[in-house]
Amino acid sequence: MMTFGGLTCREVVELVTEYLEGTLAPPERARFEAHLAVCPDCPVYLEQMRQTIRALGMLPEESVAPEARQELLRVFRDWKRG
Amino acid sequence: MTTRKRDSEETDPAGGEAPADDLRLLRALRAGDEAGFVALLDRYQPSLVRLALMYVGDRAVADEVVQETWLGVLQGLEGFRAESSLKTWIFRILSNRAKTHARREDRSVPFSSLPEPHADSAELAVDPDRFSPRDQLRSGHWAYPPRHWDKTPEEIALSRETSALLEEAVASLPLRQREVITLRDIEGLTADEVCDVLGITASNQRVLLHRARSRVRRALERYLDGGAGPA
Repeated sequence: MMTFGGLTCREVVELVTEYLEGTLAPPERARFEAHLAVCPDCPVYLEQMRQTIRALGMLPEESVAPEARQELLRVFRDWKRG
Repeated sequence: MTTRKRDSEETDPAGGEAPADDLRLLRALRAGDEAGFVALLDRYQPSLVRLALMYVGDRAVADEVVQETWLGVLQGLEGFRAESSLKTWIFRILSNRAKTHARREDRSVPFSSLPEPHADSAELAVDPDRFSPRDQLRSGHWAYPPRHWDKTPEEIALSRETSALLEEAVASLPLRQREVITLRDIEGLTADEVCDVLGITASNQRVLLHRARSRVRRALERYLDGGAGPA
C-alpha cells in the first residue's frame, strides 16, 4: 500500500478537524503535515474545509425587528420596577 | 447586510468579550442601568434570534424564546457568579428555554433526550467510494479527488443561493451537530465556550464539529462541483 507520510487520504480527511483545532498529538501532526506536503489532493480538501468554515462565519446576521427591541425595553423597565 | 469576519478555525484568543467588560456590564445591569441593557441587547440579540431559530424553526416562537431569555437573564442577574462568561451564560439560558419550548410544542425536531441515529457509530467525512478500494495500489487514496472551488468564502456566504444552501445544510444536521456548528462556526464561539454552553466535553465537541463540518462541506461540494464524485 502506498502512503504519504504514513497516512492514506481516507485517514487524513478524518483528522482535518483535529488538525484545525490544534489537538493532534505532535507525531500525528507531523505525519499529517508530511502527507499534505506530498499529496496533490488533500491540500484541496483542507482548503475546502477552510472555505466552508469561513463562509459559515460570514453568513448574514438575523435581523432584529424594532418592535422586538421596544418590547424588550419594556420588559427591562418592568423588571427594574420590580 | 452585516457580516462577521473571523477565522473561527484559528485558535481563539480570549474568545469574545473580556471578563472585565462582563463585570462592568454586570454592575451596570444590577444597578438598573438601561444603557447597559441596551448595549447587551444590541450585542447579542441577532445571535440569540439565530440560535432560537435553530431549535424552534418559527420566527414568532423564536422571538418569544428570546424575550423569555432576556427575562431569565434579568431575573438571574443576582445569582450569576461569573464562573462562565456573561455570553455563554446568556446562550445557555437561551438553549434551555428553546428546548423547553420545542418540547412543549411537540415539534418533530430530534432532541438530545432521544437517542440520535448514528450518534456513536462511525460516520465518514467523505463518501468511501471517492477513495481507491483496498485491493489496489493506491488503496485509501483519492480516486475522485476534490477539485478547487473557484468561489471565495465571501462569495459563498453572500450569494443568495449558496447562503441558503449553507443554512439548509446546517438546518438538516442532527440537533447536537447543529448546535455545535452554529455556535462555533456561525456565531464564532471558542471550543471552550461551546462546551460551556452545551455542557459537553471537549472531545465530544470535536466529534460533533467534525461530522457537522464534513456534512456541510459535502453539501457545498455537491452544489459547486457536482461532477467531483463517481458518476
